[in-house]
Amino acid sequence: MVRQFLALALAGSVAALAAAAPAAAAEGTPPPPREKWSFSGPFGKFDRGQLQRGFKVYREVCQVCHGMTLLSFRNLSEPGGPEFSVAQVRTLAAEYKVQDGPNDAGEMFERNGRAGDRFPAPYKNDNEARSRYNAVPPDFSVIAKARTYERGFPWFVLDMFTQYQEHGVDYISALMQGYEDKPPQGVNIPQGLAYNKYFPGHAIAMPKPMEDGRVTYEDGSPQTLAQYSKDVSAFLAWAAEPHLEARKRMGFQVMIFLLIFAGLMYFTKKKVWKQVELHPEDLTPRPPTEYKT
Amino acid sequence: MSGHPTYQPQSSFMKWMERRLPIAGLIHSSFVVYPTPRNLNYWWTFGGILSFLLGVQIITGIILVMHYTPHADMAFNSVEHIMRDVNYGWLIRYLHSNGASMFFVAVYIHMFRGMYYGSYKEPREVLWILGVILYLLMMATGFLGYTLPWGQMSFWGATVITNFFSAIPIVGESVVTWLWGGYAIGNPTLQRFFSLHYLLPFVIAGVVVLHIWALHMVGQNNPTGIEPKTDKDVVAFTPYATIKDSFMMVCFCIVFAWFVFYVPNYLGHADNYIPANPSVTPTHIVPEWYYLPFYAILRAIPDKLMGVIALVGSIVILAFLPWLDTSKVRSATYRPLYRQFFWIFVIVCIGLGWLGAKPAEGGYVIAARILTFYYFAHFIVILPLLGWIEKPKPLPNSIAEAILQKGVPIGASGPAPTVNKA
Repeated sequence: MVRQFLALALAGSVAALAAAAPAAAAEGTPPPPREKWSFSGPFGKFDRGQLQRGFKVYREVCQVCHGMTLLSFRNLSEPGGPEFSVAQVRTLAAEYKVQDGPNDAGEMFERNGRAGDRFPAPYKNDNEARSRYNAVPPDFSVIAKARTYERGFPWFVLDMFTQYQEHGVDYISALMQGYEDKPPQGVNIPQGLAYNKYFPGHAIAMPKPMEDGRVTYEDGSPQTLAQYSKDVSAFLAWAAEPHLEARKRMGFQVMIFLLIFAGLMYFTKKKVWKQVELHPEDLTPRPPTEYKT
Repeated sequence: MSGHPTYQPQSSFMKWMERRLPIAGLIHSSFVVYPTPRNLNYWWTFGGILSFLLGVQIITGIILVMHYTPHADMAFNSVEHIMRDVNYGWLIRYLHSNGASMFFVAVYIHMFRGMYYGSYKEPREVLWILGVILYLLMMATGFLGYTLPWGQMSFWGATVITNFFSAIPIVGESVVTWLWGGYAIGNPTLQRFFSLHYLLPFVIAGVVVLHIWALHMVGQNNPTGIEPKTDKDVVAFTPYATIKDSFMMVCFCIVFAWFVFYVPNYLGHADNYIPANPSVTPTHIVPEWYYLPFYAILRAIPDKLMGVIALVGSIVILAFLPWLDTSKVRSATYRPLYRQFFWIFVIVCIGLGWLGAKPAEGGYVIAARILTFYYFAHFIVILPLLGWIEKPKPLPNSIAEAILQKGVPIGASGPAPTVNKA
């Protein structure tokens, strides 16, 4: 009787989970294609050239609507990032107008940016953004970590071991390339919105932001939408995680240390326990255990 | 285990001290000569790991507070300030956020170990109940901590959890307003959550002291589930348990470091990198992974009040485990049926966790209902009945004998324990 119940309980719980499986398949958006990123994996590093190109795309295309208010200009010259020279960053910062003050007269005033300033916001608040763009363009400071897509079982488990964590970066890159002029049959896109294959729900407020040849690259990289998308996504990955390289480098050192430490501890443990394990003949059986009833 | 050497202070200072505050003697008797069963396996090392993690959380937390601003308008950016501008701020913050997850990994192993080997049974009921209280405190602390970055999941998670209290008849709404400190979740909520998040770890530390005190009263359980009888059944805490615990702690740190350095956001949720916005509800509000089984139970019940009762009940029922399990045999090693039901229970808990992360619709809800039913049935029906039905395997006469026989009890010769069926 118990055996049957046992089998029933096991079969029941498996069946219960299986019942849930069909619901998992019903999602309308295709997963973004996996790209190769130089900064993925345990030894990943950003490609300086790519970050510099990505910043150029951000500056010439995205910046009009999307702020990056948690970053300072100085970050662009810090190690582990695009690593522009300090002089380049100073010149660049000076091209921006930054609000400062209050001055001796109690007034706020505008001045040229300095390396220590944060990137100014493209709009004053959400209301202004809504009246200007009909939507609130999200800030880009941590966007690469704030976006993701559903991996599903078993991939989400494997990601823990393969260290795949560029979900947001892949999504952004795909989104840039996911615009289609004509939505597929049967898909209704409201007035003023665009169709995007990878956007959840497909109706996106942002019009197609760029096309081939939009930004001029000086390093000879292809001036294609695919290249722009990859570069700006990589740049946003750095913006969201500026200490990624330092983190992975330290991670490797910590791992080496811990592995050696664990090995030493293991042999110490073995040595300490040897006395106990070597002489089991010292142990004599005792009378049977009486359980209190 | 009488006659283990007591502490003899050597230096004149320690002799002077010992007559006034015998703290060295207390440490000596608790962590040096304290007898531990010699057959403890590695599942017994997680208590030490948990103490270590509590220390890590408190230390990293104190450092984070030096840079964090508990204000609804500034909290999100101050966390990013820690990540970007504070020296090694990213390290401290990822240690803290992943440390919370590791804390729950360790506590779940620790609890399931207790369930497998019957560590909650007489005379360890109070020890077990203190553990359940610690678990509840941990859940509260983890939840409060998750609200502090004030991202979308912080905000909406806090909304969902605090709304539980509105299910209380008559006074529910007033209780929620009182918890929020206003008519909506806002800055007063964040500030009180921050205050409590700082307080609770020290409450946990206090209950940990009680937990260890209770443990040292009754002694540790062990894989055979029979009490040590002679000095041959035990070894001294130091060096034997200390070195074993330390080795496992280092191994655990490798896992911890993997998450911190390589996949620091794996256990988090992308939405929490979006600043809290009361006017935009995320498509799926999902709690942290360690609450998912209970979240699935909550959503499996169609009625709100009943759902909350089931959620609370699913945790509170653990405290009654010592009396729900009627078997006189502790360890699942000698309980062939319970061992199988134990593993089904583990699968059910993992299944509930998976369902907790899924939207509450269609097949997921049906599956969650079946598994919720099973979860409670395990405690209320299966465990009480099993003690009556099951015929345990013969127990070894002592821990030493179990080791001598390489884990095989003296089969035919050893009498099976008589189970009182009165």
